[in-house]
Amino acid sequence: MTGWLPIALLAVPLLGAFLLLVVPAALRPVLPGYGLAVSGVTLALAAVLLATFDYGQTARPQSTVDLQWIPGLDLRFHLGVDGISLPLIVLTALLTFLCFAYLSWGDARRPGQLLHPGPEGARPRALVFTLLVLEVGMIGTFLALDLLLFFVFFEIVLVPMYFLIAIWGGEGRRAAAVKFILYTLLGSVVMLLGLLLIWAQTGTLDIVALGQAHGAGMSRAVQVLAFVAVGLGLAVKTPMWPLHTWLPDAHTQAPTVGSVLLAGVLLKMGTYGFARIAIPILPEGAAAVAPWLGALAVVGIIYGSLACLAQRDLKRMIAYSSVGHMGFVLLGFATLTTVGINGALFANVAHGLITGLLFFLAGSIKERYHTADIPSLGGGMLAKLPHLGAVLTFASIASLGLPGLAGFWGEMLALLGAFQPAEILPRALFLTFMAIGGLGAVLTAAYFLVMLSRVTHGVPAVPVATRAEPPDHLPAAGPGEHAAAGAEPGDRTVIATLRLPGDAATWETLDERPVDPIGEDHLTAEPEALDIQRYELVAWVPLIVLILLFGLWPKLLLSLTTPAVQSLLGALS
Amino acid sequence: MIQQIDYFAIAPPLTLALFAGLVLLLDAFLPARRGVKPALGIVTLGGVLVALGFVVAQAVAGAETLSTFCVPASLAEAGAAEQCSFVVDRFTLVLAGLVLVAAVVIVLMSMTELAEGDIPVGEWHFLLLCTLTGAVTLPASRDLIMLVVALELVSLPVFALTAMKRYDGRSSEAAVKLFLVSVVSTAVMLFGVSLLYGIAGTVHLSRLSAVVSGELPAPGWPQAATSIMDAGHGLPGIVTVGIVLVVAGFAFKIAAVPFHAWAADVYQGAPIPVAALLSVISKAAGFAGLILVLVVALPGQSSTWIPIVAIISALTMTAGNLLAMRQRSAVRLLAWSSVAQSGYILAPLAVAFGAESASGAVGASVAYLVIYAAMNLGAFAVVMLVSRTAARNELDDYRGLAFRSPVAALALAFCLICLAGLPPGLAGLFAKVVVFREIVEGEAGWLAVVMAVNTVIGLYYYVAWTARLFTPVRAAVPAVRRAFPAVWGAVGVALVVAVLFSVAPQLVLDLTS
Repeated sequence: MTGWLPIALLAVPLLGAFLLLVVPAALRPVLPGYGLAVSGVTLALAAVLLATFDYGQTARPQSTVDLQWIPGLDLRFHLGVDGISLPLIVLTALLTFLCFAYLSWGDARRPGQLLHPGPEGARPRALVFTLLVLEVGMIGTFLALDLLLFFVFFEIVLVPMYFLIAIWGGEGRRAAAVKFILYTLLGSVVMLLGLLLIWAQTGTLDIVALGQAHGAGMSRAVQVLAFVAVGLGLAVKTPMWPLHTWLPDAHTQAPTVGSVLLAGVLLKMGTYGFARIAIPILPEGAAAVAPWLGALAVVGIIYGSLACLAQRDLKRMIAYSSVGHMGFVLLGFATLTTVGINGALFANVAHGLITGLLFFLAGSIKERYHTADIPSLGGGMLAKLPHLGAVLTFASIASLGLPGLAGFWGEMLALLGAFQPAEILPRALFLTFMAIGGLGAVLTAAYFLVMLSRVTHGVPAVPVATRAEPPDHLPAAGPGEHAAAGAEPGDRTVIATLRLPGDAATWETLDERPVDPIGEDHLTAEPEALDIQRYELVAWVPLIVLILLFGLWPKLLLSLTTPAVQSLLGALS
Repeated sequence: MIQQIDYFAIAPPLTLALFAGLVLLLDAFLPARRGVKPALGIVTLGGVLVALGFVVAQAVAGAETLSTFCVPASLAEAGAAEQCSFVVDRFTLVLAGLVLVAAVVIVLMSMTELAEGDIPVGEWHFLLLCTLTGAVTLPASRDLIMLVVALELVSLPVFALTAMKRYDGRSSEAAVKLFLVSVVSTAVMLFGVSLLYGIAGTVHLSRLSAVVSGELPAPGWPQAATSIMDAGHGLPGIVTVGIVLVVAGFAFKIAAVPFHAWAADVYQGAPIPVAALLSVISKAAGFAGLILVLVVALPGQSSTWIPIVAIISALTMTAGNLLAMRQRSAVRLLAWSSVAQSGYILAPLAVAFGAESASGAVGASVAYLVIYAAMNLGAFAVVMLVSRTAARNELDDYRGLAFRSPVAALALAFCLICLAGLPPGLAGLFAKVVVFREIVEGEAGWLAVVMAVNTVIGLYYYVAWTARLFTPVRAAVPAVRRAFPAVWGAVGVALVVAVLFSVAPQLVLDLTS
């Protein structure tokens, strides 16, 4: 009945990207609006999906499409939505739309808005194209109900994300992009081997049928092997400690929208794979590997938190906080209980919203201060940029898991799941995990509070570039107390504002030169252009509202996932 | 009795041979005017298309296999079935079709190459058609002599083609290298063939297969009237030596480790169409021969050659990829990447135990070969285009190609992403999936892991090259000089086929399974 919806969800962004190739000239003048419109239509379709979804049967895939594509490979074009994938699809459509809103609301030439066309320009057409293709891959991954189709969509994401980092990224973008794509490809190739092993043993690639079989037809040894292979691939994407090392670089170098989508959606593809493939299809393998998974998850929580405490760069800190949060998600999966997996799925969505918001904020801060170095930011943001500081405080507190905000429930349920893990798992071990995980939650609070105290509180030390203070009048820094920390950013501000658009001499080769944030000079030209702008508000308010909504009314999400989780755990519970 | 020849069966190689003669005559007798160069190219193209037409006709007409040059059962030893030297079956048709479609692209590239420079046109097209005759004959060969002759017919004209740029020292060097390597490999292979013949007393693959698997007595084995398998220690060492030598001979042709060292120098020295020919047609011929010898003639000895093939495959893909990472020249990079791709094509053969899995393995290898041909030729065609402006053809010359010539850049990017095996290059991705599937099903887990790691290594240089295409350059770079338009045809054909395979990989799988 609603089988056209999944196809339309993929077709709209794909067609949008395709039109950009076919009729570039016609679309060039309306580019910002175009991206916004295409992603808006996709979001509307996602909303229709949300409205037509049968909430009585969330465990069953709905709106399914099942077409033959490559019979020689048993590959079917099989799409569908259930309670696990629905929130993620809507989240993807929403975040992509918000990214476009952030990029193109208004005149699209403010800080961080890369869509301003120009001779030196940030290649707006390519950016819109890349983001739309990325959206196809992300939504497709959550829709796919065929192992190979899932893999294909999982891979589609790689190339656009690579270019997003490599073209619009910061100064070390080349290395970061290469690291990102090599790491994740290695993971996904290993995952492919696992998927093919499942296929070789059972003779089908249909995720629904395999999920209902609960591992029938595969010996325990095969299941363990397949789970390790598939799990490795997903763990790279998630990322799980110790496979996370691509993440901080990719996040730090990616442009704001890249970071948002990376943290908000791409990481979810890894965790979604655990819920969709690894655990339901390979229950015995999951049971055998779960203690290890839990142990690595807990190490990730602690490691991520400690690494955050040591970071000076705001974006890098948020990236490491993702490692910690994803540790909670993996711990939830490792418990193999309804509570734990529900918690994991909840934390998944919550992390997408909160970290998405945090990266938006970090991007905006970096655009304003021209650095994300926490000591260089120098504190006092609440006094200087009160609205931005307030939203940053809100997002940080949500991320550290304050009850009443979305970040709390997922972690709480994951820890609760560890308190009472599935019967086949050693309870004492998971109690230890729970205790360590709890400690991690405390550390999470610690680093966010430390960061807030350094960034939002205190006396403003660094003048922010405005026309009221022309560059040559910039006080280099407060001579006494802030000398060490303040001098550098002051200089940077001057350099940044004085740098001419075509000044390539400071970079070794031409393509080492980062794309100039368009509108940097506008920033200096407008005196009050500094606190939250309208386009930022448009992008952030929906996230803030959703964080509050899920925090106050978690049942909204949990009632969706619970039946689906119960059915996926069939053999274990 | 009079030998009956089925002319329809041998029509494709026959057409090519006749056109080869025609081109030589035309070149000798036509006046040396401006229009002659492209005219000869068009005649060659016509020959290739006619041959392709015959292949298609055979495919459409023939539900059963055509065979000719047979030893009838009445003349053979008692109890033996009819043995044929030339058989046209599904495998033959797919490979002949692959060779001829690739030939269309290469002839178009040649026309651009010949439009400038003073390469003798008639000789070039004559030699090209001779190579094609060999390459079309080879997959149809079902006896050892014919295999060797066809393989030599593929190789010999290529030396001359490589050396055609007589004014270029590097070209002569490449030709000598190729010549020496090829002659040595032929000698090695002939020695292996003679050993096999000595044991089995037959050159026909079907009978050889029966003897080697122990169904028939081996005339060359001392304990006559007993089969090889009964003989005390099982396998006579001489058969193993024969197999190893034959495999080594073919390994030279497909540039598999440890016989790969010639690839980069020869590819770089040769004119680009010849490099493309070496990497696709010559390689397809080598694989056809290898598959025929291993799977058709020696399935009974699979326990001997399977470990060898597996190790060669793993080493080939690893060495090719590692060497490709260090290259700065586009053609050298493609040379090593095509060595690595040989490793992937070889991999399914390493799990070809038994008849059923052997047919699956051959299907996977050929499917990969077909898709590889499309994407590799696309890459070579664009490299050819760029070589018109940048003589050194280094990777850095590709910087910003997307802004100077968007179509060429997109075509090259698509082919490279295909070779790397990532979406949107779904053809390459599915080709790898087919191979992986075969290996995983054959339970050669270690080979699958080696190949997985190699895929990632390969991605590094393909993506690095692709990224260069989209990197803006501020410095003034000479615009792409107008090349002879035929090369755009080459780009178009290769690209259309690669895109078609990406959208509907089932086409390839239907052909090859």
